[in-house]
Amino acid sequence: MRISLFIACYNDTLFPETGKSVVRLLERLGHQVDFPLEQTCCGQMHYNTGYQAEAMPLMRRFVEIFKDAETVCIPSSSCVGMIRDHYAKMAELSGDTQLMEDVEILLPRIYELSELLVKKLGIEDVGAYYPHRVTYHASCHSLRSLHIGDLPLRLLRKVRGIELVELENIDQCCGFGGTFAVKNGDVSTAMLADKLRCIENSSAEVCTAVDNSCLMHILGGLHRQRAGVRTVHLAEILASTDEVSAT
Amino acid sequence: MSIRVGDAAEAPPFQKAVLTLLGDTQLRQNVRHATDVITQKRAQVVAEQTDWQELRSAASAIKTHVLQYLDQYLSQFEAACTAAGGHVYWATDADEANRIIVDLVQQHGSREVIKVKTMTSDEIGLNRALEDSGIHPHETDLADMIIQLGNDKPSHIVVPALHKNRQQVREIFMQKMGLRELGDNPEDLTAAARQYLREKFLNVKAGISGANFLIAETGGVCVVESEGNGRMCVTLPDTLIVLAGIEKVIPSFRDLEVFLQLLPRSATGERMNPYNTIWTGTQSSEGPQQLHVVLLDNGRTRVLADREGRQTLHCIRCGACLNTCPVYRQTGGHAYGSIYAGPIGAILTPQLFEMKHAQSLPYASSLCGACYEVCPVKINIPEVLIHLRGRVVREQRASASLEGIAMKVMSRIFSSRRRFEAAQRLGKLAQWPFVSNGWITSLPGELGNWTTARDLRPMPKQSFRDWWREREKGKQS
Repeated sequence: MRISLFIACYNDTLFPETGKSVVRLLERLGHQVDFPLEQTCCGQMHYNTGYQAEAMPLMRRFVEIFKDAETVCIPSSSCVGMIRDHYAKMAELSGDTQLMEDVEILLPRIYELSELLVKKLGIEDVGAYYPHRVTYHASCHSLRSLHIGDLPLRLLRKVRGIELVELENIDQCCGFGGTFAVKNGDVSTAMLADKLRCIENSSAEVCTAVDNSCLMHILGGLHRQRAGVRTVHLAEILASTDEVSAT
Repeated sequence: MSIRVGDAAEAPPFQKAVLTLLGDTQLRQNVRHATDVITQKRAQVVAEQTDWQELRSAASAIKTHVLQYLDQYLSQFEAACTAAGGHVYWATDADEANRIIVDLVQQHGSREVIKVKTMTSDEIGLNRALEDSGIHPHETDLADMIIQLGNDKPSHIVVPALHKNRQQVREIFMQKMGLRELGDNPEDLTAAARQYLREKFLNVKAGISGANFLIAETGGVCVVESEGNGRMCVTLPDTLIVLAGIEKVIPSFRDLEVFLQLLPRSATGERMNPYNTIWTGTQSSEGPQQLHVVLLDNGRTRVLADREGRQTLHCIRCGACLNTCPVYRQTGGHAYGSIYAGPIGAILTPQLFEMKHAQSLPYASSLCGACYEVCPVKINIPEVLIHLRGRVVREQRASASLEGIAMKVMSRIFSSRRRFEAAQRLGKLAQWPFVSNGWITSLPGELGNWTTARDLRPMPKQSFRDWWREREKGKQS
């Protein structure tokens, strides 16, 4: 299958390993991956912070770049949530009927990584090997916008060598929330403290999720506490084999 | 027009208000414990209701329909209530509602009133208005009584004293009721409250209640509760005044079937409320001989006029969104500066004010979506929060702020591949003064709110797109 990758601006800039892992993983599974270099950002930060007018050109840009794609893979559930929950309404507000049509055609072709693997490609065992003690944090958008439920866990359970440990309050927000983490830094930190307590109680060595945004927040707290736990995106675990191992 | 939502117009912004609350470890323990207990009970009784999602859809459909024909249903209610012997009043705002109620109590000649829990009366500041006119209101709901005796403010729409534990309640009771001895277990505390209240129930001849539902078809008023004090307040006095927001009307008696399944399960984790009281007009043989119903607007029609925000008026005040909200669970309700706290408060308060006050509230959420998931009438709170953030930005000239300029610049950067790639290169250079030992631990300005408690990984040397380009080049050569 030909799969177009929307990597997300922050993954591109801050977490290149995640994108590389998606490419390696999908190619290993026999697919052809394409990365349109014109892509930038889905507009989520602007839209969610109240700058909806500023998000509009970014939405148009995304649609323009991906409207002819066969399948789009996005290793970030919050970006997928932004697109699924708001693009149709934004297009309607713009009054541009062509844009509305393009969005309607594009939406069903967009997949978050674990959705793509399990639902679209029908695969749970991706042949990964990752000999570490891992706990999984279910990000808010993955659960309550995408409703992907346990798809990531199903993928993780098939990874060889992995020791999966349960995370208490798995579905509780880590406190990131985009600009919330800065605008309401104190409450955000209090929420993070709860999440870190659960991660530490799980005795995991690695915390994983389908969103690097949550993981950036969680890692920020873990590192400040010198907790000795690292964060790794799901894609990196799934891309890891006994020949090419992720950290 | 004077819209009032408690004291919310004078409240400090959410970010400031949380500072002392986050430092109050006893309050946080109380809030954590209480919300844990309620959410667990709720989860159990919701799980056993196999048609829960259908019930939510039905409730949402009824509310959507009512709001579309609100004028008709309110007129129908007025006619039916009047025909049954009640008197209906229309109040545009808080001051008008207070004036009507004070006048009614004065006409009755009472210097005291007993009250059933009504958040709407806190919204309009009724107790203060009564006291200013020399009328003493007695709160009879246990939690409201704790708040009143302790000179405190409600922190939850269903459990207003949720931020107090039993030991703290015991102290308030001993001090205010002049008791020498009192245990701190629930039986002791309720016995003390019962003793204190029974006398008021029997002697005070004017009562004030809120309403959970107004039934247009019959003119009936419905109140659900757990303690039985409500039943006392609406049956024992000879004059009863009901204060209700105009969004409380439902078309028919049958519609209660949906709401009386959703509300108790969502609010207190009960299958059914212990007391469900419906009264329609007056009866010469028993109960209050005078029934007055005050219908309150106080900003609601303007909420109704906003297509995106309108669903806020679906709210049946169950409080499930507060209990599940990870923000509320950290701060408790006082941080919201309004008698309507938590996610629903964050969208209701600023809208009632036409966004003139409480502008920090739409930002008091990580948009985690837990509120929408539990809402029995399917209010998409995250969607409304985002809509209101847009209104704050557009209507409050936030776009001229530093943040607004930064957002505009970012949008320009993201609108062009060339600019985006240049920004990535620039960022890599600009970050170095802040990087030490491979981490960013201190940032200037607003971004410093991140690094007060969290570190940050700097941007790596090679972006993903650089890697991709290099790889593609390698393939070609």
